[in-house]
Amino acid sequence: MTNDSEEKQPPRPAEAEKPAGTPAAPSASPSASGGTPPGETPGQPPALSAPVVPAKPPVAGPVNPSAPPPPAKPAAPAAPAKPAGPPPPPREAPPKPAPLDNDLVKRYKARFGGAIVEALLDRKQAILVIAADRLLEIARFSREEEKFDLLTDLTAVDWPKREKRFDLVLNLYSFPKNERLRIKALLGENEPVASVESVWPTANWLEREVYDMFGIVFEGHSNLKRLLLPEEWQGHPLRKDYDILQQDEAWVRENLGIESGQ
Amino acid sequence: MADRYNPAGANLETTVLGADEIILNMGPQHPSTHGVLRVKLRLDGEKVVGSECVIGYLHRGVEKIAEHRSYQQFAPYVDRMDYVAAVSNGLGYCEAVEKLLGAEAPPRARVIRTILTELQRIASHLFWLGTHALDIGALTPLFYCLREREEILKIFEKYCGARLTTHAFRIGGLQYEAYDELEKDVERFCKEFDKRVDEYEALLTENRIWVGRTKGIGILTTEAAIAMGVTGPVLRASGVQWDIRKAMPYAAYDQYEFSIPTGKNGDTYDRYLVRLEEMRQSRKICLQAIENIPPGPIMGKVGKVLKPPPGEVYHSIEAPKGELGYYIVSDGTTQPYRVRIRPPSLINLEALDQMIRGHLVADVVAVIGTLDIVLGEVDR
Amino acid sequence: MNAIMPYVFPVLFALVIVALLPLVAGYIVLMERKVMADMQVRLGPMRVGPHGLLQPIADAVKLLLKEDIIPENADRLVFWGAPLISVTTAMLALAALPIGPFFQIADLNIGLLFILGISSLGIFGTVLGGWASNSHYSLLGALRSAAQLVSYETSAGMAIVGALLLAGTLSTRGIVQAQSDTGWWFIFVAPVGFFIYLVASIAETNRAPFDMPEAESELVAGYMTEYSGFRWALYFLAEYTNMIVVASIATTLFLGGWLRPFANTRALNFLDYLPPLLMVWVAGYCFRRTPKQPVAVQKMFMAAVGVLCIVLAGVLAMPLVAPAGSLLASSKAGIHGAFWFLFKVGAYIYVFMWLRFTFPRYRFDQLMRLGWQFLVPLSIVNVMGIGLGLALHRQLNWPNGLSLPLGNALTAVAAAYLLSAAEKHEHPRVGEEEEETPVHA
Repeated sequence: MTNDSEEKQPPRPAEAEKPAGTPAAPSASPSASGGTPPGETPGQPPALSAPVVPAKPPVAGPVNPSAPPPPAKPAAPAAPAKPAGPPPPPREAPPKPAPLDNDLVKRYKARFGGAIVEALLDRKQAILVIAADRLLEIARFSREEEKFDLLTDLTAVDWPKREKRFDLVLNLYSFPKNERLRIKALLGENEPVASVESVWPTANWLEREVYDMFGIVFEGHSNLKRLLLPEEWQGHPLRKDYDILQQDEAWVRENLGIESGQ
Repeated sequence: MADRYNPAGANLETTVLGADEIILNMGPQHPSTHGVLRVKLRLDGEKVVGSECVIGYLHRGVEKIAEHRSYQQFAPYVDRMDYVAAVSNGLGYCEAVEKLLGAEAPPRARVIRTILTELQRIASHLFWLGTHALDIGALTPLFYCLREREEILKIFEKYCGARLTTHAFRIGGLQYEAYDELEKDVERFCKEFDKRVDEYEALLTENRIWVGRTKGIGILTTEAAIAMGVTGPVLRASGVQWDIRKAMPYAAYDQYEFSIPTGKNGDTYDRYLVRLEEMRQSRKICLQAIENIPPGPIMGKVGKVLKPPPGEVYHSIEAPKGELGYYIVSDGTTQPYRVRIRPPSLINLEALDQMIRGHLVADVVAVIGTLDIVLGEVDR
Repeated sequence: MNAIMPYVFPVLFALVIVALLPLVAGYIVLMERKVMADMQVRLGPMRVGPHGLLQPIADAVKLLLKEDIIPENADRLVFWGAPLISVTTAMLALAALPIGPFFQIADLNIGLLFILGISSLGIFGTVLGGWASNSHYSLLGALRSAAQLVSYETSAGMAIVGALLLAGTLSTRGIVQAQSDTGWWFIFVAPVGFFIYLVASIAETNRAPFDMPEAESELVAGYMTEYSGFRWALYFLAEYTNMIVVASIATTLFLGGWLRPFANTRALNFLDYLPPLLMVWVAGYCFRRTPKQPVAVQKMFMAAVGVLCIVLAGVLAMPLVAPAGSLLASSKAGIHGAFWFLFKVGAYIYVFMWLRFTFPRYRFDQLMRLGWQFLVPLSIVNVMGIGLGLALHRQLNWPNGLSLPLGNALTAVAAAYLLSAAEKHEHPRVGEEEEETPVHA
């Protein structure tokens, strides 16, 4: 591993991630480095229109029109930033997700075809939206073939108005390539998803936390218990329909001997 | 939740104990679990044959709170996660939001951020060293470490008025200009600090007992370290030369020269050496940074009301404990739709179980110490 | 009347010791905290009384007033009695120690054997207390304690045997007399033996770096975890009394007991003036600090301490200035003996503290390995070395100056061998150089 990262570091290829302060040309980065793919933006459109599984249609609408220009656009804001330094450029051209089509995405698409629902580039970060039922395969492919060996993070986002209410978000990092990739799977309310613990052992606790906070059930997880909240707690706090003042009053009364935890 | 999914797994209570085995409940109130960590240890005599971490005692729902605060309002909350390294938390959050906005802090602000963040790294490592040594039974280094940390906190106090939960940075740059003697203070500290690190080394590095207690303890091989997702000094001690400051530079790190120390064996001793060397490197960065703080504004143009366009961003920095990531989803309003914080402590702690198996109770505290966890961050 | 007389002084001494011991232990704690503070760039207790001088009293009051908690599932009787065993045995051991040629409760002809036997019994207090608490931490602490004491008692005993060979008697007074006669303290004759005893005595009293049974970062407080208030104070008292006992044994055996350094060398007689001068110096310090105390009461207290030191200086000086042959002059041995004895005990305890604040803690298996694989063999070799030296001297009439160093050299060689063997055992990975290699990316 050491060698890999050593080799890789000087080139620092994956600009996908980086704040503009580095030399790499932004326009080059998306395509060259595989920066990535992404696709669906969690942004509003999907939420409002409550699309079906693919989630494409709504996104496609807003995004596509702007798609052609974007490649150029991101470049614009970033480029001035570096040389000029002092006055940060940003505001005029708000970053927008754009479809992405680079080698990495092509490889994924070649391998999984329709399971790759969408590939997007948002703020120069690659996002792959995938079909949830192929998650495990895609995860394994990402780790073994594409060398995304570090599961940086695994979390979820709740979009209650959407038909598939949850985004399951995996942030991956590859040491050899020094680049990041975000994989998203859309999940319905009671839809279980395969655990990726067998691919990245670190997913164990992360999935427990997601289960704890969102109630997403991971099939094949070795020890799916709540991570942060007490075992007997009712409800999943990070769901949008869980009010910020809400609590499991029965649990609080019973276990803490007080009327309210507020 | 009657239908809770509950597969047979590594649940300590449900497995049958061997005749010689006991369950030792370590924490949440225990001198060396660094807060309110609870570890259930399954012991054969004093040998650990299994363990389970119980966390969440300090859970404050930071991610939920974020969804009900504006972007600026949420900034002080992140200081309360890893309260030993509040400045680093703030840097990560501010940069993540800036990225979400497509904005950028001016160079002067970035350099000052770098200086303070590196000082914070030293402070965090000092605190780690002191408590780690204390766990292993060396009482004295703690006070030497706190003495130096005090100097850093004084600089923070002079800069922004707070010592611990500093809220030193703002989204888009800085609120406060660097005070007049900042460079001098930092330089004085750095000059002094070099000798101090040597002092700690004199107390511990060659000490037979220290070496005996740390060498070969809690080994994490390179493969295991990556599989477990550990980051920061723990990962580097396992031989992976990876540091976000180099791999994906942020703030002003691309301007400075420093090296990334790595270990070979991934044991507690290597992690100790790596962190010591990191302190030296941080000092080096500080010295380079104060040489040339560019003039100019300290606040970028981000506006008073932050309304990032819809979209999402993941930004991570090399916090003292490892990769501290913020995954922020915006729906175009003034409040974040979702803030996910990737806490390095939590994920490093996950490796605890496999690091302590087969070791003795005494090693458990050594390994907990070497992971450098802060429960405020683990539980959020 | 004559039948009673022999008992009057011992009973009086015993009462004094029992009454003063808690206070002395309290002040040793204060000394420890001050020493610790000094090593850790702090001031230590400064609030209760000037320079924290009344801190021990405040601590004692606090401990006595604390709620007395007995865990619900504890074995009440044993839980109640265990600290008593510890503290009683520790105090009993003091009976045979000579604090100066006159201050001794009983000069037993088996003095050392008595001390060793009695103080070993103290382990019952620890083990029973740990067992009765019905807590895992306590239990682990108690088990560690038992194993540790058994292991180190062995090497401590063998180290003592070495000195006994030299003295030829078990009577504590006789041992000091032997050192007085030859003019050589046994630390110079059997340095290795002293070293072994130093290490073993630290382990026996459960002091860092061998404080396994307590190990606050691992076992919370080991066998004392469930104890609080007065019972906890008793354990504490026992621990510090034990420290005094082992320091006294070491002083008696190796450091010449109540003897002044180089007592037989006339040229160094000026050392007799050291004790009073030391007292005067302490008094001077007190007086100098007096005006700096914040409150009038503290000023008075500080001054009183100074006056007390002056009085002590006077007492120590009197035999020196009194005309030779008078009663006062003949009390010199007693008064100065007590001073030197306590001084050495204090120095020995200081070394304990010094080590405690310098070293990390051993792990339990390392502790056992050190005990059985290094100290026990070494102490046996030490006995053989001294025996050889004595045999050469007595049977073959070799001069002492040749035979005893020879014996010690033998022991030192054994020590070096054992160390290198332990090294190999600890780090079997040959050639694996462990070092940090920072590399520029």
